[in-house]
Amino acid sequence: MADEATFDKFRSCAVEVLQVPAEKVVPEASFSGDLDADSLDLVEFVMALEEAFEITVDESELQGVETVGQAYELVTSKL
Amino acid sequence: MSGRVVLVTGGSRGIGLACARRFQALGDQVAVTYRTSPPAPSEGAGEPLLALRCDVAVPEDVEAAFSRLEAELGPAEVLVCSAGITDDGLLMRMSEERWHAVIETNLTGTFRVAKRAIGPMLKARRGRIVLISSAVAYLGNAGQANYAASKAGLVGFARSLAREVAGRSVTVNVVAPGLIDTDMLSALAEEHTAALLSRVPLARLGDAAEVAAAVEYLASAGAGYVTGSVLAVDGGLGMGH
Repeated sequence: MADEATFDKFRSCAVEVLQVPAEKVVPEASFSGDLDADSLDLVEFVMALEEAFEITVDESELQGVETVGQAYELVTSKL
Repeated sequence: MSGRVVLVTGGSRGIGLACARRFQALGDQVAVTYRTSPPAPSEGAGEPLLALRCDVAVPEDVEAAFSRLEAELGPAEVLVCSAGITDDGLLMRMSEERWHAVIETNLTGTFRVAKRAIGPMLKARRGRIVLISSAVAYLGNAGQANYAASKAGLVGFARSLAREVAGRSVTVNVVAPGLIDTDMLSALAEEHTAALLSRVPLARLGDAAEVAAAVEYLASAGAGYVTGSVLAVDGGLGMGH
């Protein structure tokens, strides 16, 4: 169920936790470069996603996840 | 209602209770956890402490205590980890159980409580964590290998956490009390206490309130630039270490 509503929900998590404007949350945006997120931000973001989507994300699954698109893909793969 | 929300683990007596009373006197909203019996009501104290039954060695207890704290007072803005036990014995006679019991409560229990508390602090972009270690963390103490190891472990734990959360203006510090006049000290053999006391430059036992004063400082606005530090309150026993 990778529809618009799902992405909206994902984006609001990012906006709230990472404190970035919604328009910067685009698939090609990188967390460290474009969104200025550090490792702690990402942990908080993942925890917010887990809560919002009622999923669990294993630490190992986060390896190599560097962009919004990759993170979104990871989330939707669990829905 | 005003003041910060303060949670003190092991706050039913000794150093923990002294800390709780100190914060209360400052006008903070204070909750304490206790394992066996809640703090006795004190004469003349204003608001009663919110007493939460919680064995920090039991994950479900910790979760339940935080849920109630957050429901009644809100998330902890100051966390003081004072819950600790001793189970002394020379290493040759120390069973695995006694080792684990002390590590579980003193070190793992602190990990558990701090981990649960840190989320809301990160979100709020502020918070204070103070861990109660011990002078024996650095000095060692014959018969307390388990206790000393757990208390030394807290220092490494605190400093790692301090680095992790510094970017969010959350500080993590340690207070290392020496010989403080509490129930825990009374449990030490008298001759042992006397031998230790002879090494204290200030030549007396400390008062729990003197430890609480150090904790108060580390939790205060004035200590905003202090993190990862260990503040010894030990009459000079360790000369700052």
